[in-house]
Amino acid sequence: MSAGDLLAGKRVCICAGPGGVGKTTVAAALATGLAADGSRVAVVTIDPARRLADALGLAALDDEPRRVEPERLAAAGLRVEGELWALTLDAKRTWDHVVARYAPDARTRATILSNPVYQQLSSAVAGTQEYMAMEKLYELHEQGGYDVVVLDTPPTRNALDFLDAPGRLLRFVDSRSLRLLTRPGRLGLRVAGRGAGAAFAVLERVSGVELLREVSEFLRAFDSMADDFRARAARVKELLGDPATAFVAVTSPRPESVGETIFLAGRLRGSGMRLAGAVVNRVHDGPPLGPGDHAELVRLVGPELAQKVATGAHDARALAERDRGGLERLRRELAHAPLIEVPDLEAGVNDIAGLARVSRHLFGPGADATRADYTGAP
Amino acid sequence: MNPSSGAGRSYASAVLSLLDRRLVVVTGKGGAGKTTVAAALALARTRAGGRAIVCEVGGGESVSRAFGRRPAGHVETELSPGLWAISLEPRAALAEYLRDRLGSSTVSGLLFDNRLFQSLADATPGLRELVTMGKVWELAQPERRSDGASAYDLVVLDAPATGHALGLLGAPSTFRDVASAGPVHRQAEIIGGLISDPSRTAVVAAALPEETPVNETLELSAQLRDELGVELRQVVVSGLIAERFERSEVARIEASLSADGASPATDALRQALADHGRALEQGRQVERLREALGDDAVVTLPRLADGALDRSTLERLSQALEPAR
Repeated sequence: MSAGDLLAGKRVCICAGPGGVGKTTVAAALATGLAADGSRVAVVTIDPARRLADALGLAALDDEPRRVEPERLAAAGLRVEGELWALTLDAKRTWDHVVARYAPDARTRATILSNPVYQQLSSAVAGTQEYMAMEKLYELHEQGGYDVVVLDTPPTRNALDFLDAPGRLLRFVDSRSLRLLTRPGRLGLRVAGRGAGAAFAVLERVSGVELLREVSEFLRAFDSMADDFRARAARVKELLGDPATAFVAVTSPRPESVGETIFLAGRLRGSGMRLAGAVVNRVHDGPPLGPGDHAELVRLVGPELAQKVATGAHDARALAERDRGGLERLRRELAHAPLIEVPDLEAGVNDIAGLARVSRHLFGPGADATRADYTGAP
Repeated sequence: MNPSSGAGRSYASAVLSLLDRRLVVVTGKGGAGKTTVAAALALARTRAGGRAIVCEVGGGESVSRAFGRRPAGHVETELSPGLWAISLEPRAALAEYLRDRLGSSTVSGLLFDNRLFQSLADATPGLRELVTMGKVWELAQPERRSDGASAYDLVVLDAPATGHALGLLGAPSTFRDVASAGPVHRQAEIIGGLISDPSRTAVVAAALPEETPVNETLELSAQLRDELGVELRQVVVSGLIAERFERSEVARIEASLSADGASPATDALRQALADHGRALEQGRQVERLREALGDDAVVTLPRLADGALDRSTLERLSQALEPAR
């Protein structure tokens, strides 16, 4: 199966998977292929390699989409019938936009933006970037006028953080007892019931009055925009479950990545979502060398050098066998999800030509192209 | 398999100086081998006769699994003589912290079990990170605060990927600044003090010998310095392809391929050329790291074709970090 079949009729494509497998590259290559087929596509990349960003013309980008010039793509041999737009996610800035959009007045906005607890939240807290990626996705899907939005998810140890992010943020703004606590004065505590006053006194002892004040101030300001925020987070969650949304696992055939991907598929199922398919990137190939082949090597380059080449071939074979094992395990465990293999391309993919090659593996005829690339044919 | 090159061994003594610290923090890009490096460092410390513990975050517990153990959660567990592991859980760390601060499990229980307090604790940005680092600090104390707990000679934190690691390491200084006085201020200052003290703490990055990971490692180095005032002490570059061929040999292989036709033998020759090109490119990337961070700051590990992380792989990599005997 090709990526074209996988994504037919989809409006949103979310690339999820473990870190270090080339997720950003695959997301960009998927978007490129869809654009080549005539769609108007936006790809949200997270922290793309500098050279890839340069190649796409994204060097001076903020988090607004820019069109990748068709000439750049044509120069790499890519005829694009549609349009390719790209942007990079800036979580801090997206947060600031959200605050600006939902703050009821200028004073609340200023209070939140200058609060030190907010600054910590918006830049560093786990889950924030994941949520902001969702937020951006929703915005582009609703207002961008794109046929498809492709999202690269942030690199996290746990590929699923992004799934939990909306729920976590909702819980964050949706805690009734929290609101009681952050109500000015101690009135709220009395409402919160017996024990709360004592607990609060202990809390002051542990944390110090000042810290508690900063936290309360932040939560109180945030609370004023909770309703709008909640409504939007709920819509984002809805979009994730929409039949026109495709989750594509991007992985490598390495055992750790395979394990994480199987876990991801299970969690998706548990959340009522389905994996559309998996892209297995960086698959090594290494055909075995028989005795006759070794004799030919000796004939071609002499016995000493033949031995060195054979050692290299042996190592490559070991990698290829490991990868076959990973692929088999994926095939077994992801019974219904098609797998698309992309070979381990020489040197990282850092430019449009590389992107075009990955894209051809994803959308093209498959096996033949794989072979040609592997053997290093020009 | 061959160790990558002589360089890997000659610089490894710099790695050994890491083992004299109380805390080594391992971070880096996803997939660059953070857990492997963290476990290999802890193993190296136990071979020198000490007690070492690997702290994992995020619940993966791959170190425990590599030693064939079940996940043990927020409990110090001995995996092999002298080698311990714990999976840090913020909730458990917070409960411990409260017990320690309040000196009474009754009072701390009153607070911890309070719904209001739990909501506040969940909602306070950065608190999970702060209490996690607090537990790391406690593990690294020469005199442990936990009742009956023995001291470790080395604590290795298998930290999250770069961005989240900065948030984790920066949490104490953020809280120190948010609360300009009071108990949390003092605690945060003490924890932050451990992180920024180069005689007690070293930050190590796991990296891959490719352009993008190297760029990110150099950015990490700058961010550590600018945001936390911490130097990146060591980069461990994994996955080096052996440089097998002399220039003359490359020329001979190329000449032998001039004829048409493809066979398994010519495929192997092309593969050899491709690997050679890749090994050279990897060498250039390692060189970029050496130029920017200093020769001693970079150590390399060979590419291994092994399956899942297991004990024997860790042992081998751990030995590759030590000087040749």
